[in-house]
Amino acid sequence: MTDEFAVEMQDVVKRFTTPEGGILAAVNHVTMQIRDGEFFSLLGPSGCGKTTSLRMIAGFELPTEGKILIHGKDVSQIAPFQRPVNTVFQQYALFPHMTVEQNIGFGLEMKGVSKVERSARVSEALEMVRLPGMEMRKPKQLSGGQQQRIALARALVNKPEVLLLDEPLGALDLKLRKEMQLELKSLQREVGITFIYVTHDQEEALTMSDRIAVMSKGVALQVDKPEAIYERPATKFVADFIGETNFLDGVVRGQTGSTVEVDLPGTGTVYIESSRTFANGQQTTVAVRPEKMTLNREISGGNSLTGRVEEVIYIGTDTHYGVRFAGSHKARVREQNVTQGQKALASIGDEAIVSFTRTSPRLLTE
Amino acid sequence: MTQKPNSLFVRISALLVYVFLYAPIIGLMLFSFNASRTNIFFGGFITQFGPLQMEGSTVVQSPCGPFHWFCELNKNAEVRQAAENTLTIAFVASISATIIGTFAAIALQRYNFRLKAFSQLALYIPIVIPEIVMGIGILVLFSQIFTILSGLTGARFSMGLPTVIVSHIAFCIPFVTLVVQARLQGFDKSYEEAAMDLGANELTTFWRVTFPMILPGVLSGALLAFTLSLDDFVITFFTTGPGSTTLPIYVYGLLRRIITPQVNALSTIWILIVFTAVLLLQWTENRKA
Ligand SMILES: Nc1ncnc2c1ncn2[C@@H]1O[C@H](COP(=O)(O)OP(=O)(O)OP(=O)(O)O)[C@@H](O)[C@H]1O
Ligand SMILES: [Mg+2]
Repeated sequence: MTDEFAVEMQDVVKRFTTPEGGILAAVNHVTMQIRDGEFFSLLGPSGCGKTTSLRMIAGFELPTEGKILIHGKDVSQIAPFQRPVNTVFQQYALFPHMTVEQNIGFGLEMKGVSKVERSARVSEALEMVRLPGMEMRKPKQLSGGQQQRIALARALVNKPEVLLLDEPLGALDLKLRKEMQLELKSLQREVGITFIYVTHDQEEALTMSDRIAVMSKGVALQVDKPEAIYERPATKFVADFIGETNFLDGVVRGQTGSTVEVDLPGTGTVYIESSRTFANGQQTTVAVRPEKMTLNREISGGNSLTGRVEEVIYIGTDTHYGVRFAGSHKARVREQNVTQGQKALASIGDEAIVSFTRTSPRLLTE
Repeated sequence: MTQKPNSLFVRISALLVYVFLYAPIIGLMLFSFNASRTNIFFGGFITQFGPLQMEGSTVVQSPCGPFHWFCELNKNAEVRQAAENTLTIAFVASISATIIGTFAAIALQRYNFRLKAFSQLALYIPIVIPEIVMGIGILVLFSQIFTILSGLTGARFSMGLPTVIVSHIAFCIPFVTLVVQARLQGFDKSYEEAAMDLGANELTTFWRVTFPMILPGVLSGALLAFTLSLDDFVITFFTTGPGSTTLPIYVYGLLRRIITPQVNALSTIWILIVFTAVLLLQWTENRKA
């Protein structure tokens, strides 16, 4: 049954005619399923089509091709006011000529909820976003953070099947942002409504989401849990966009079972565990996170490469070492500063051995 | 950046500008209290109340005291008819032009259609071409239409209040549209999207969200149209007929005969009305911010 999904995008394409006369596929054959009750994030760099995807789910844009289903019902062509979803806009879009009460009550009024019930539910919603008693204020008389909460209350009071949020914390300062992240997450757990959350901040997506879709140039590259996205990125783009990654380009020289032998020209040979099958001579990239590499501490049964330290950066909890290998490969190694007054493991110009296990890298081909 | 005008030259120029602007107006208003009926020299104020007494061409005593000429004006049936016409035309024309002009502005803002750029440009033309050309054009148009209608129905048609109103609506529309467009320029579409997202259909969204938000622009458009219609002379001159004389046309007629302080009294009232309208306009403009 498809009903377990709150939202399904089936091979959705959205093309725009640009003012220059060209045609741009802002969303290009995207298929994804968003489960009921999950906190789902759309993550990607600016212009990758996150907002466009969200607007198609809300109904502000109609897909050029493909279908959008909400709880199994095809809504691709119906108007926004007939969809069981609500949106929290990036600039909040609170109606400036209405009070907070009128703003929050607007959706209920449209549904024909009586005035008495409306005012009860508005107070309840204000309670929920921890702004009780603000009914009579105008949006102008609220701080940015408060406006943000009112926008949230205005959407949630309607008990939508899906709540869409387009970078709702984008306009807040860092500290408030962090607070609101946690608050939003716990609020979502409390109300149990499916959240679809657009952000270009990878840290925000990792902390808040049950699952993340990483988008680039209108394509959903990977849809998975935060740990999986971080530990097992599917493409170089994902590995690079989420966290930091060392890329070592090489050629496959052989495979025995799950162990792949990769030659890094000029630098050395490494053995990597992979569930995929590679052909001899195939180009591949060994992707390793800096914290999964060690400096001058060889790992038994692991890989070791010798290079020269070019850079030592002390950043408090960690020290980062930039190492250059013989064959134009470079890597950044992150070592935790565990003990007090720990000495640097190497200085600039030293020869050093960089090691990592056979299981920590990913072999990426695209 | 605003600086204090510290140069003497700037101060004197500013003073001269205001003198040139306001001296005639103040003089004109002063003469509406003139005791002399010749209106060429100022014969002092009429200070005494009582039955009308004249000494030569000077009013010594009047039932209305200093407001003698205003009372005379009030007795003048022609003036009252002209004032009524003027206000009727201004109200009907400004309200109609505001409705049409507002929707035109919304259409130009929101939709992409063929000839959009041309439609925008066409709005400016009536504003920039000489009013007399507009007047003649409208006159020719009406006579053509009347000739055709007479041919079809056998009835006779002539210029009158309806033709003046129609032409005033026509020349007010571009002004309203431009003012409302300026207001719409800063209007974020996401307010409308938010309303629709919350379950309001297009019509409800317009009345509950869009319209209240652009209302200050619509009001200033309406007031602008009202003042433009109120003191229009040229176009009215070409489209007016028997019984539809407006105040500007009436005053023009008076000037060709005799000038009594009645004209000044009329002008004073008029200035006060326009002044109030301009103040209201300013007030709505300020509320936009
Ligand atoms: N109405 C439109 N007409 C033409 N092109 C559009 C339109 N809306 C979006 N685009 C284009 O589609 C692409 C995707 O836009 P979108 O707003 O979805 O990006 P985004 O991922 O939300 O980016 P950001 O993080 O900057 O908000 C962009 O290249 C944008 O210029
Ligand atoms: Mg966006």
